[in-house]
Amino acid sequence: MISSLRTESGGRIDRTHPLRFTFDGRAHYGFAGDTLASALLADGVHLVGRSFKYHRPRGILSAGSDEPNALVTIARDIARTAPNLRATQVELYQGLAAESQNRWPSLGFDVGIVNDALAPLLPAGFYYKTFKWPAWAWHKLYEPAIRAAAGLGRAPTRPDPDRYANRFAHCDVLVIGAGPAGLAAALVAADAGARVILCDEQAEPGGSLLAESSAMIDGRPAQAWLADTIAALGRTRRVTLLPRTTAFGYFAHNMVGLAERVTDHLAAPPPHLPRERLWQVRAKEVVLAAGALERPLVFRNNDRPGVMLADAARTYLARYGVRVGRRVVIATAHDSGYRAALALHAGGVAIAAIADVRAEPGAAAEAARAVGLAVRAGSVVATTGGRRRVAWAGLMPVGGGAVEAVPCDALLMCGGWTPSVHLFSQSRGKLRFEPDLQAFVPNLSVERERSAGACRGVFGLAAALADGAAAGEAAAKAAGHGGAKAPRVASDAAGFGSGGMLGLAEGVAATKAFVDFQNDVTAKDVKLATREGFRSIEHVKRYTTTGMATDQGKTSNMNALGIVAASLDTSIPQVGLTTFRMPYTPVTFGSFAGLARGDLFEPVRRTPIHDRAAAQGAVFENVGQWQRARYFPRDGEDMHAAVARECLAVRTGVGVFDGSTLGKIEIVGRDAAEFLNRMYVNAWSKLGIGRCRYGILCREDGFVADDGVVGRLAADRFHVTTTTGGAARVLAMMEDYLQTEWPELEVWLTSITEQWAVIAVQGPRAREVLAPLVEGLDISRAAFPHMSVAECQVAGVTARLFRVSFTGELGFEINVPAGHGAAVWDSVVAAGQAHGIVPYGTEAMHVLRAEKGYIIVGQETDGTATPDDAGVGWAVAKSKPDFVGKRSLARAAMAAAGRRQLVGLLTEDPHLVLEEGAQLVDDPQQAVPMRLLGHVTSAYFSASLGHSIALAMLADGRARQGSRLFVPMPGGAIPVQVTAPVFYDPQGVRLDA
Amino acid sequence: MLLIDCPYCGQRPEIEFAYGGEAHLARPPDPSALSDEQWAEYLYMRSNPKGRHAERWRHVHGCGRFFNAVRDTVSDFFVTTYKVGAARPDAAAMPKAAE
Repeated sequence: MISSLRTESGGRIDRTHPLRFTFDGRAHYGFAGDTLASALLADGVHLVGRSFKYHRPRGILSAGSDEPNALVTIARDIARTAPNLRATQVELYQGLAAESQNRWPSLGFDVGIVNDALAPLLPAGFYYKTFKWPAWAWHKLYEPAIRAAAGLGRAPTRPDPDRYANRFAHCDVLVIGAGPAGLAAALVAADAGARVILCDEQAEPGGSLLAESSAMIDGRPAQAWLADTIAALGRTRRVTLLPRTTAFGYFAHNMVGLAERVTDHLAAPPPHLPRERLWQVRAKEVVLAAGALERPLVFRNNDRPGVMLADAARTYLARYGVRVGRRVVIATAHDSGYRAALALHAGGVAIAAIADVRAEPGAAAEAARAVGLAVRAGSVVATTGGRRRVAWAGLMPVGGGAVEAVPCDALLMCGGWTPSVHLFSQSRGKLRFEPDLQAFVPNLSVERERSAGACRGVFGLAAALADGAAAGEAAAKAAGHGGAKAPRVASDAAGFGSGGMLGLAEGVAATKAFVDFQNDVTAKDVKLATREGFRSIEHVKRYTTTGMATDQGKTSNMNALGIVAASLDTSIPQVGLTTFRMPYTPVTFGSFAGLARGDLFEPVRRTPIHDRAAAQGAVFENVGQWQRARYFPRDGEDMHAAVARECLAVRTGVGVFDGSTLGKIEIVGRDAAEFLNRMYVNAWSKLGIGRCRYGILCREDGFVADDGVVGRLAADRFHVTTTTGGAARVLAMMEDYLQTEWPELEVWLTSITEQWAVIAVQGPRAREVLAPLVEGLDISRAAFPHMSVAECQVAGVTARLFRVSFTGELGFEINVPAGHGAAVWDSVVAAGQAHGIVPYGTEAMHVLRAEKGYIIVGQETDGTATPDDAGVGWAVAKSKPDFVGKRSLARAAMAAAGRRQLVGLLTEDPHLVLEEGAQLVDDPQQAVPMRLLGHVTSAYFSASLGHSIALAMLADGRARQGSRLFVPMPGGAIPVQVTAPVFYDPQGVRLDA
Repeated sequence: MLLIDCPYCGQRPEIEFAYGGEAHLARPPDPSALSDEQWAEYLYMRSNPKGRHAERWRHVHGCGRFFNAVRDTVSDFFVTTYKVGAARPDAAAMPKAAE
């Protein structure tokens, strides 16, 4: 069943391969090779959507990615639903289901059309002018209502089940666009020996050649040359040919983003293929062969279904064998309108009239007259008529006059051609206006690229082929593949002709004369903006929203410019051009996300003991990328109960803790101690081998950057620990000083964070647990005192054993190679059973250290605390001639009164735990804004003390100890006592047990 | 994404590098001898030029080495890169419009 609009032969469709599809639930038939648009047109369907703002019926305007109207939703299933796809780019497959958008209840009868009747009340800036009062109503009332009425398709709410891939590629020459210029460029560059990537947004390469029916190239019909050329490129291993691949963004240093649609055209996508693939191509040289876009004409009701671009109509006929109508009127300002007229005439379409805005159309018009077509020179379309499809075109002389209604079922327009300079502009190249072409063309390049063919204003098949070949040769040579001379690619194609206009023709009304079809912007809106004082095209754009739709103004920008220039009585170059932004056509979020979704969104770091903690019932928390065991609830316990039990176990018995995430850096070399002297505030030279010291690292501005225990394993070897979150930063800072300030020091820095698992055994009975496991070391109180480090065997594994404590109890930290971490953990837990050993998590660790007033860098400190502020000023070796931060600490301001200092706080209600971040004031009755004296940095309930505790940074805190302050909260001010920051065992006797 | 020519590894994409601020700011050998103003000058004051800027980069996800580069802050193109310790190339010796 072939529609009468379908030609009997010709085109690139496969008439032996019919395909069934649905549009809004109705069945249609097309052929393999069709787009959704061509198949609908073959069935006489022009009305495919409703416009964004006025809900006007809209048809298919173009045959390519510039389509502003024919946006559809393609649904494979409830999750695989893609809105806002251009029907002109959707390839037909068996069973394809398409839905129109922005209409209710149906495409034919849409309630929203009331907006069209109200259009005189809805000019540019309507929303800004109208919905201003009352202020609350915008969010609650106006915006939701406007959003519901206006709009495009709806995004699916289900997670996207498809897979998206990402590929990096390098090449000598990236050719964007596989039309005649791009093919010639790729052919020549590959011949010269260059590695070439040739991409094209269409289903098959060829560009305008796909609709070329008469020209000869190199002595062969154009279609045969195309087939031979594709085959030749396919045989060349240096060439990667990417159809269905849009170059959407031109990034710095010749990085071009390509979006490849891999399976959208398949009825049953094979599961092994990704839906889309994002290519990040770094090219030595780029050839832009993006072609040109046909411009609509601006006249009243130029958006009626059936009104379309003239060359698009020719493309539908030549490439898809589809007549877009039976009797058409052609309105043109460019010779190419006649090419379309002649082709359609030859294809059996009646040409009712050709209206040419030019008074003397020249040779092209004569050729049309020669075959009997009626040409009206100096004639324009005043308006159109018809309901859901154009029924007549009202033609009138330029400047005004009697309007004659010429019946037709399609009106084809050609306002001229706009070179596609989008990517060139994205590359920050500078354009220049070419008056003869009425177009902007590339002028000055910034990146290593060159344009070829229609995208730089070189029109016509023969010229494009020659230009492309020259560009390919030049690009290959610039990429280091000189020598090959561009073969001449000769074509007998007729010249492309000339002409073109921008904006409104003289005497044509601006009302309902659409400039931007997708955003429903009329010539009247643009003129209104200039009347209201907008002069910059950037402002006109934002005020009217012209060119701001998803089509990026491909068909509208130049006409808007023409109208602004005419309204302001100035020239196009003086009005200027708005910025071209990526993406060239919309790119899915899936493409950008690639595989970085779900579990792969961010790397997860797990310690070697993770599985053991999980088996023991740990609840984990994320600390940066690390997963750390937060607490180990037993039956029925909440966090509070578990943490209280774990803390008491450490204070009264023994606990075991996974400290593997601790940052660790090994500092080795003749000058290792000197390096530490210069980096840390502490003195290191006299630290004995086998001894540890708590180190503070400042930035050059004197503020605390990190802290950690440093153990000396040998004269020239230190085991440095850092905070979990600071490990990478500290290493980078050390490398910076070592490489750039002190390259004379013989020191090597190695991150060993992931090489060593750390098992902390803490509590009065820690030694009893550990002693049976240790070989080669006496860990008695006298032989291995607090702040010792030694190498030994623990549970049969070579270990670095530290006697350190972040709990205030007798404590050891066993470092073993990461691969042995789990086994040693098992041994410690087994050995501890007799002593009631309890695994504890980060939450208990925090409580235990806060009871002791041990700071956490980044929690008590905030980048503005000196060591003295943080209560660790004792660590600073003032006698050292220099260390990082010393000069800044000598500034008067660093010791001035009023600095915030670490203190402890006790609430009067022992069960009330303060909020971390809460502010401190002396008088809660004072007027707002209150004078803030400090803030709570840590707050917990201490089971050991039976009382809540808090640490705070408080102005002149040490001097305020013993005073009473208040924490103003929504429920009232909470009185607190300022205390010393050490709540438990202030003398530290338990450490030395 | 910038393409950066590490003097040790060759051209690599920007994501392998960390920016390190202005180059050729040597830490004073004896900071204690400086006035507060002189110290502040070293610590905080930067040239922030429009145009060619000598700056530090670290090939942090590659060789790990710091190096210096001259980059045009207007065009974002690198004029040259060179090793730590080498003097800033004088303008005459630099390529005119390297990319």
